[in-house]
Amino acid sequence: MFLWFHKFGSPPHFYRIAGKWLPWLGVTFGLLLIAGLYGGLIYAPADYQQGESFRIIYIHVPAAWMSLFVYMVMAFCGVVIIVWRMKLAEVVLISSAPIGASFTFLALATGSLWGKPMWGAWWVWDARLTSELILLFLYLGVIGLHSAIDDKRIASRAVAILAIVGVVNIPIIHYSVEWWNTLHQGPTVTKFDKPSIDMRMLIPLLIMALAFKIYYVMALFQSCRAELLRRERNSKWVEELSGSN
Amino acid sequence: MTPARKKRLVLIGLMLAGIGIGLTFALKALDENIMFFFTPTEVAQGKAPINKLFRLGGMVVDGSVSRPGDGLTVQFDLTDNGEQVTVRYTGILPDLFREGQGIIANGKIGDDGNFIAQEVLAKHDENYMPPEIAEAMKKASEAKASVN
Amino acid sequence: MSEFLNMGGYAVYVWSSYGLAALILWLNWYLPRRQHQQLLQQNKRRRHGTGE
Repeated sequence: MFLWFHKFGSPPHFYRIAGKWLPWLGVTFGLLLIAGLYGGLIYAPADYQQGESFRIIYIHVPAAWMSLFVYMVMAFCGVVIIVWRMKLAEVVLISSAPIGASFTFLALATGSLWGKPMWGAWWVWDARLTSELILLFLYLGVIGLHSAIDDKRIASRAVAILAIVGVVNIPIIHYSVEWWNTLHQGPTVTKFDKPSIDMRMLIPLLIMALAFKIYYVMALFQSCRAELLRRERNSKWVEELSGSN
Repeated sequence: MTPARKKRLVLIGLMLAGIGIGLTFALKALDENIMFFFTPTEVAQGKAPINKLFRLGGMVVDGSVSRPGDGLTVQFDLTDNGEQVTVRYTGILPDLFREGQGIIANGKIGDDGNFIAQEVLAKHDENYMPPEIAEAMKKASEAKASVN
Repeated sequence: MSEFLNMGGYAVYVWSSYGLAALILWLNWYLPRRQHQQLLQQNKRRRHGTGE
């Protein structure tokens, strides 16, 4: 197990594996996306209260889940960086940040587009919306801090600390709708009793969420490959790579 | 795991625990400010600010919606199944506004004891279902109520 | 079809959400890919410039 971990963590090996996986991830994502879009836009019935506008859920909720998931990946990488000083974790952390930031922005923007017709406001300062906005700033902080420090190994450690500290915001976002009065409604899918959403509406939602997860891996691999090339410009394996083609 | 790595892992754990505890206290202290709205019961208990804007949240009481006067102003009662507050509002209501709906109104208590709203937001619940199922559920609960 | 596009009167909100999602997904895939190709080419040029 540890050996595998070690081998997977070596930059040239990861670079090769990621390149091999990319087309397959692309195909899987494409199929899931088609299924999810069909399910969300055509198969799922309109909501009894919100009518067709509820279809924004198929973008908003998967994006919001991703914004939390990507941050937890970053924080995990942060721990690996500080404790084990692993190079690949540095690359995964910084490559995840722009993807996570875009998903957070997407969740906020689609939430706004949903809030305007349903709530009657583009934005309110309730606990859920505010904590999600803080998450966006955390992502931007990670990106900014990393680009401000020239030595990338030092930059990675600084960013790792920031990512770890920021993880306290994740439970706040999740529980904000239960701990405080908010305009945002409570959880639908992760309630302990059965989810209060019709099956025909839930299935496309889960498919879209899975599609977004696959997309994250795909975009992450793509971006890690670029970052690895940049960082390891002068190493032997990169030179061999450019020599062979 | 080497001792150095173990030490770093423990340090991270301590750091997170420290931040977590600090943040818990901070949020506890700010609790009032984070609450997005007050309920009619809290208003009756005098917890809501007087002569200052605040948000009032509750359900629109069935049959309480009326349009006195010019028709632009709408008046309705909000309840949290305890107390009731009468709200008056002039302006455009959100699409989800209807009787039985959760509503959050921003405004203040007027001289006549009614809540004068400047803005009305609809709070929807976490349930999603097609209209025919909502209809069936409503009938079922009505049937149950008439049996009792 | 036009009924589908109309989204019960919420067309603006629904379709701009989906459009924005498409744009963001495309950008996060396209930008690193272009960067990767540029880096590969740079390395090649560097190698041929100084190597021989």
